[in-house]
Amino acid sequence: MNSLAAEIVSVGLLLGVLAFAVARPRGLPEAVAAIPAAGLVVVLGAVSPADAWEQTHTLLPVVGFLAAILVLAQLCDDDGLFDAAGDLVARFCGGRPVRLLGGVFGVAAVTTAVLSLDATVVLLTPVVFVTASRVGAHPRPHVYACTHLANSASLLLPVSNLTNLLAFTASGLTFTRFAVLMALPWLAAIAVEYVVLRRFFAADLAVGAHPPKEAEQRTVPTFTLVVLGLTLLAFAVTSLIGIEPLWAAFAGTAVLAARALRRRRTTLPALWRAASPLFCLFVLALGIVVKAVVDNGLDTGISRILPGGESLTTLLAIAAVAALLANLINNLPAILALLPVVAPAGPGPVLAALIGVNLGPNLTYVGSLATLLWRRVLHEHDSAPSLGQFTRLGLLTVPATLIASTVALWGTLQL
Amino acid sequence: MSDVKTTALVWISPSTWPACVDAARERAPDDHVVLLHVGDDRIAAEAHRAYAGLLGRGHGPERDPGSRLEALSGVAGADLLEKAAHRLGRPCELLDRHGRPQEEVIRAAADADLLICARDGDPERPGPHSLGPESRFVVDHAPCPVLLVWPHRT
Repeated sequence: MNSLAAEIVSVGLLLGVLAFAVARPRGLPEAVAAIPAAGLVVVLGAVSPADAWEQTHTLLPVVGFLAAILVLAQLCDDDGLFDAAGDLVARFCGGRPVRLLGGVFGVAAVTTAVLSLDATVVLLTPVVFVTASRVGAHPRPHVYACTHLANSASLLLPVSNLTNLLAFTASGLTFTRFAVLMALPWLAAIAVEYVVLRRFFAADLAVGAHPPKEAEQRTVPTFTLVVLGLTLLAFAVTSLIGIEPLWAAFAGTAVLAARALRRRRTTLPALWRAASPLFCLFVLALGIVVKAVVDNGLDTGISRILPGGESLTTLLAIAAVAALLANLINNLPAILALLPVVAPAGPGPVLAALIGVNLGPNLTYVGSLATLLWRRVLHEHDSAPSLGQFTRLGLLTVPATLIASTVALWGTLQL
Repeated sequence: MSDVKTTALVWISPSTWPACVDAARERAPDDHVVLLHVGDDRIAAEAHRAYAGLLGRGHGPERDPGSRLEALSGVAGADLLEKAAHRLGRPCELLDRHGRPQEEVIRAAADADLLICARDGDPERPGPHSLGPESRFVVDHAPCPVLLVWPHRT
C-alpha cells in the first residue's frame, strides 16, 4: 500500500475508533473497536510489526502509571478523602459563596494535580455539588469550576493527566524538572479561570449562603493523606536518584490497597475495575493507530505548519495548533500525534504542546467531531441541553489560559 | 364574592427562597400557593461532557458524574421544596421541574395570577446588576404580574 492510501485508511480507522469510544454503542468498551483497528493497520502494512511493538513497549509503563493513579484516587475516595475535603471547604466558606468558590478552586486544583483529572471529574464533582447544596449556595459556579479545572489544573505534574505521562516519557525530563517548568503555567491557568468564572457567575455568587450544621462534620482520613504525601515525595526522590517514579505510584497504591483489603473496604475485583484495564488496552491500541497516521504523512504535515526553535511565538504557535487538534479529534490522539514531531526540538516545544492539548478541551471536551456524535446520543435520550453557556465560557477561558500559560512557560524557560 | 382562589406561584431557588416564601405569606395570605423548584439541567450536562472527554476510561455510564448529579439534583430540589413548604406553614402545591430555570418558570407562570421571585444579582449594586440573567428573563417574559423581592441578608 502506498503512503497516501495508508494515510487515508489510518485516518479513517482513527476517526472510527474515536467515534466508537465516544458513542460506546450498547455500552461496549472502547477497546472493542481500537484493538481490531490496531491489528488492521499492522496487517495492511501502514505500520510495521516492529514499529507497532516499539510503540506498545514505550506506552506500557505510561499505561501502568495511569492504572496506578486511577486505583490510588479510588482508594482515597473509598477512605472518604473527597467527602472530608468537601466538608473542609463548606466550613471554610462560612456562608459566603465567593469563599466557597475559592475553596473549590483550591481542592480541585490540588486533586487534579496530584490524583489526575479523572479524580476531579468523576469523584470530586459530585462532592462539590453536595457541598454547595449543603450550604445553600447555587451549585452551578462550583460544578463548572471543577470541570474546568480538571483540564486547566492538569498541567503541574506528570501524573495530573494521561497526556502529561505521555509527554513526560517523550521529553526525557525528570519528575521534579517537569513540575518546576510547569508550576508557573499551572498557576497562570488557574488564576485566569478564577477571574473569568468569578465574573461569569457573578449573579450566582452574589446571593448569600449559610454555614454548614456542626453535626455534619466528617473525620479527615489522616493515614490516607500521609501515604499520599509520602507518594508525592517519593515521586521527587525516585526521579532524583534515577528510579522510574512509576514505582513510587505502585508503592503508595499498594500500601493503601493492602490496608483497604484488610479492613474489607474494597475487594480485588473492585481494584481491578478501578485500574480500568480495558481503557489501558485502548490506549495501547490507539497508540498504534495514531503511529500509522503520523508515519504515513501527518508528521511532515505538522512539521510544515509548526515553526522551529523555542521563541515565544513558536511556543504560542505550538500551543495553538495542539489546542486546535485536541478540539478537532481529542487530546489523547492529539498529543500522540504531536509528540514525535515536537520531541526532538526539546522540552520547551513538548510542554507547549501539552499546554495546548490540556487547556484546549475546555472548548469542546471530547473534540468537536466527537461532540457532534455525543449530542446525537443525548438527543436520542430526549434531552438536548443548550450548548450556549458552556461554549461562551469556553471561548472566554481557553484563549486566555492558553496565552497566559504559554507566556509563563516561556518565562520559566528563560530563567 | 367568588370562592375561586387566585394562584401565587413562588420560584424556589437556592439561597433566595426564604425571602420569596415570606413574601407569599405577607402579600398573598389567601392565595393558593404553588412552590416551584427547577433543577438546572446544564449542570449535569456539564458533568456529562467532562466525563465524555475522558472517553469513559473503560467504565460504563454508572460511573458518569452527570448521572450522579441528576440524582443529587432531584434530592436537593425535593429538600428545598420541603423546607419552603415548612416555612410557608400552610397547605400548598409543590412542583419540581428540570430544564432551563427561566424557561420552566415562565411555562409554569402561564396558570398563575402572581409570580413571586427574588432578585438573583448583586444586592450591593442597585441598578441593572441587581438582576441576574435568569430573573431578568423572567421579569421580561412573565405572562402574569411579578412580585420581585430582595433576598434576605445573611
